[in-house]
Amino acid sequence: MVESKHKWKAWLYLSPAIILLLVFTVWPIINTLRMAFLNGYSLSREVGGWTFGFGIENFKMVFNEYSGFKQCLINTLLLTVLTVPISTMLALLIAVCLNSIKPLQRLLQTIFFLPYVTNSIAIGMVFEAMFNIVGFNSSSPSFGIINSVIGLFGVDPINWINESSPYWANITVLVIYIVWNALPFKILILLGGLQSINRQYYDAAKIDSTPRARVFTKITVPLLSPMLAYVVITGFIGGFKEYSSIVGIFGDDMQAAGGKSLDTMVGFIYRALGNQEGIASASALILFAIIFVVTMINLYVSKKKTHY
Amino acid sequence: MTNQVTLSEKNMQKVSAHQKVMKVVVQVLLYTFLITMAIIVVFPFYWMIISSLKSETEYRMAVPTLFPKEIIWHNYVEAFTAANLGRLFFNTVLVGIVSTVLSLVITVLSAFAFARLEFKGKNALFAALLATMMIPGELFTITNYITVTKLGWIDSYTVLIVPFLVSIFYIYLLRQNFMQIPNELYLAAKVDGTSDIKYLWKVMIPLSLPTLISITILKMMGAWNSYVWPRLVTSSEDMRLITNGLRDAFTNTTGTANYPVQMAAVTVVSIPLFLVFIFLRKYIMKGVSRSGIKG
Amino acid sequence: MKVVLQNLTKIFPSRSKKAGEEVVAVNDFTFEIPDGKLIGLLGPSGCGKSTTLYMISGLQKPSGGQIFFGDDDVTELSAENRGVGLVFQNYALYPHMTVKQNIMFPLQNLKGEDKLTKEVMLDRAYQAAKLVQIDELMERKPSELSGGQQQRVAIARALVKMPKVLLLDEPLSNLDARLRLQTREEIRRIQKETGITTIFVTHDQEEAMSISDMIVVMKLGVVQQIGAPQNVYDNPTNLFVAKFLGTPPINVFKGYVEDGKLYIGEKTPIYAEPAVEADTESLAEVNAEPAVEADADAEPLAEVNAEPAITGYQHGEYVLDIADMDLDPIEDQAVIIGIRPEGFVPCADGPLTCDLSSVEVMGRDVSIVSTHKASLNPMIRSIVDTDAAKGTKGNTVRFALKPHKVFIFSAEDETRLGKDPSTWDLPAPTPAVVAVEGEGEASTTKSTKKDSTSNKKKKRRKNQASGKKKNNKKIGSKKKKSKKKGSR
Repeated sequence: MVESKHKWKAWLYLSPAIILLLVFTVWPIINTLRMAFLNGYSLSREVGGWTFGFGIENFKMVFNEYSGFKQCLINTLLLTVLTVPISTMLALLIAVCLNSIKPLQRLLQTIFFLPYVTNSIAIGMVFEAMFNIVGFNSSSPSFGIINSVIGLFGVDPINWINESSPYWANITVLVIYIVWNALPFKILILLGGLQSINRQYYDAAKIDSTPRARVFTKITVPLLSPMLAYVVITGFIGGFKEYSSIVGIFGDDMQAAGGKSLDTMVGFIYRALGNQEGIASASALILFAIIFVVTMINLYVSKKKTHY
Repeated sequence: MTNQVTLSEKNMQKVSAHQKVMKVVVQVLLYTFLITMAIIVVFPFYWMIISSLKSETEYRMAVPTLFPKEIIWHNYVEAFTAANLGRLFFNTVLVGIVSTVLSLVITVLSAFAFARLEFKGKNALFAALLATMMIPGELFTITNYITVTKLGWIDSYTVLIVPFLVSIFYIYLLRQNFMQIPNELYLAAKVDGTSDIKYLWKVMIPLSLPTLISITILKMMGAWNSYVWPRLVTSSEDMRLITNGLRDAFTNTTGTANYPVQMAAVTVVSIPLFLVFIFLRKYIMKGVSRSGIKG
Repeated sequence: MKVVLQNLTKIFPSRSKKAGEEVVAVNDFTFEIPDGKLIGLLGPSGCGKSTTLYMISGLQKPSGGQIFFGDDDVTELSAENRGVGLVFQNYALYPHMTVKQNIMFPLQNLKGEDKLTKEVMLDRAYQAAKLVQIDELMERKPSELSGGQQQRVAIARALVKMPKVLLLDEPLSNLDARLRLQTREEIRRIQKETGITTIFVTHDQEEAMSISDMIVVMKLGVVQQIGAPQNVYDNPTNLFVAKFLGTPPINVFKGYVEDGKLYIGEKTPIYAEPAVEADTESLAEVNAEPAVEADADAEPLAEVNAEPAITGYQHGEYVLDIADMDLDPIEDQAVIIGIRPEGFVPCADGPLTCDLSSVEVMGRDVSIVSTHKASLNPMIRSIVDTDAAKGTKGNTVRFALKPHKVFIFSAEDETRLGKDPSTWDLPAPTPAVVAVEGEGEASTTKSTKKDSTSNKKKKRRKNQASGKKKNNKKIGSKKKKSKKKGSR
């Protein structure tokens, strides 16, 4: 008696969740697959009574430079490949240092966590302000705080994000911002991992007269490897999905005026939305495939190198 | 025994002095590095605040000042009007609260069903749900956009709230929490004739309060920070959420934008998050280390 | 390499702002550990033994005092530079490395002219592994080993760099009972083979006694006694040491000394009472025959007048003469008496009468469990020969006591009475000598027969090495103890 009551009740409780999921999660998966293979699918055209044939036209169009796909791919890969190692190593370094001090540790931990509680668009605008050169075209431009700082080291001001700024400068700004955003989470995870390592291993290493560097490479890092693997994997996944950081600094058109487009894969998908949903779906599938493959590689490597 | 280190008295002194010096040097290096990094991390915030208080002319000075010569509070007033911050705040808060409340209800019910009730296919269903977590959100966005267009929800509050009410991760988290509460309590309550809802309200929820608070905070933060979806599905300015409105109001026209006002707007947007952080830091950090997503 | 501890002290500051809440973990510990010996630091938890060990290793800094390895003052030296080997209680094996890598790890840290080639390192690792008999398991990871095997790896890792001193922190506490016996023999064997000065910490007195050359008994940071195990067992300096060593534990009684006689129980006044026969005068007959006394529970009889007159005293049970116990004269005072389980001899007219609870047969011996009013333990356990126990039945059992198994402690501060501290450094008596099973005779057999030559060396070492708290001269001046040749 209780059993059947349970069943009925359970489904009742789950019904809102299941309905919502069906509509907004399950159906999209199916539909995306469907749309990707409907040649030249577009919502507006469908409404207009168009019909579409099955095929891989959408995929072909994606690779045929529809709206700068290749550049988006390059941008995404470049940003990911640069930001993940830098942010991971920096976070590791900071976490290790934090773990080695007692006074001020809590305060510094809180400070390092601040970037996490921010709106990436909003702070992106702050970064834009910092790197911006106000009055670029006027006779007396003010070079912005960052240029002033590097000026202290005797470096000429750089056109970071203004009109016709070089591509490498744009990317540098983006990398700095993305790393800045990514640090808190990584530091939190890695610090937690460090604090969970049994002190006795360090004592034993001391007795064995182990030099500091060797303690780090032979003991700390291996014992931290599960956490490191997690941070790297999520870092890569996040990197491929990077979008709002760029909007934050460069605005909706995703580029410095007159410069190369800094759009990413995700941006590409969103741009195709509203126009050619078929292409959007196809590129979404491509993105997913890339993420999947990279994650699998990561998992494989981490399995071999991680010690539990 | 040739590898043993036997030190004479003098060497002993040298070694221990060397030890002491090394210790101090290391500490100095550590603190220097950490404080430098901390300054770098904090600097954008500092810059944001002081810029928001500067006059426009001061902002444009060739050599930027590290502290405003004159404090212009008026920037904030301008920010409110320029970006229609009032309306944006209202929208965001409304959407945030409604979606959080509804989401909590759904999450609690679902987690309860998975944790306590027995029904066929429970495990299979749960596993299937977990599997969907792996798929990037962008995949869903496309179809969801189409769906809501067909439903005619564009440019309404509904479209901002409904699609994201279900977060499988939060259901998972809460379920784990529920499962740690002994089942005997539930059975005892049943024997006493307590209805499920009452039991949930009086027992399960109070006992899982920390997790629920974390979820609430993260969800509100998510609403505050959301950009992409509102951007897609709202076209009229009135319906924009805070992030969209912000970005749009200050479109990037190099050299002519009033940066101090922009910074004021950004500061206003960031303050609520700061406050939440300061007071509820524990919950946020706990929730993050378990999830790894920004909500 | 001898290890000298000089006034070693460790104070942990209090956590709160309140003064006086600091913990003195080790208090003024002075001791010279001779080269090549196996020393056990023994005591209950919190007595400071582990702290001492960690200070010797360099992982803890002393608050006061000095530590010498040989003639070198290593007090300020950090752990990396001391060249000690430490086996942690939980082994602390690097979980992500194989056994071989774990053992080789310390060798890879040698630098400069001490740097070794890979072949030498491998060779040394295998030698160490063979010494502890785990050379078959070199490629395993710690998680794939049993507790005993892990511990042997830990020992190998500590030994492979040929340390001057080997330290072990509670090496047997994580092992099951069967393994403990086996492993402690292993430790003894390894120590003898390598000849390294070894110090280990334990709370198990049986462990410490069975393998140590010398034991150090500690309590709340203060050293209670240092000596060869048998010696400390036979000549405890205070009640704590007496109670700590020995299984079953020593039996403790209330008592008093009067006129050179040892009484168990209390001396109670007898009040005047006309019609009652207060037979209180037949006490204190110093004869060879033990005088059997009436029950010690002679209460003051009824009829308490406004001022009852004391007509005499009811003594406790007179069990021994101080003079027969190889002790200096003891003043009259209340005392605490400790009697080893093996110190009881069932005797039909023995001076001590107890209420019999049970007789437990153990095959070789018999354990007689009884109670007594003056006993400070709930039960008295005595171990007697099966033959001697024959005929023990009924409600009571009477014992004679072996004098050298009876210890007298001051009731005030629990220190041992009747023994001059300078004579504590007695040689270890050879066990079989204690031929005291005289029938019904509370004989005064000496416990310390002259020892065989094998003990002479130990004697000399002990003379040099023991640091008494009160005689705290600088280490290095060999103190010649005047050994009292007991009155024979």
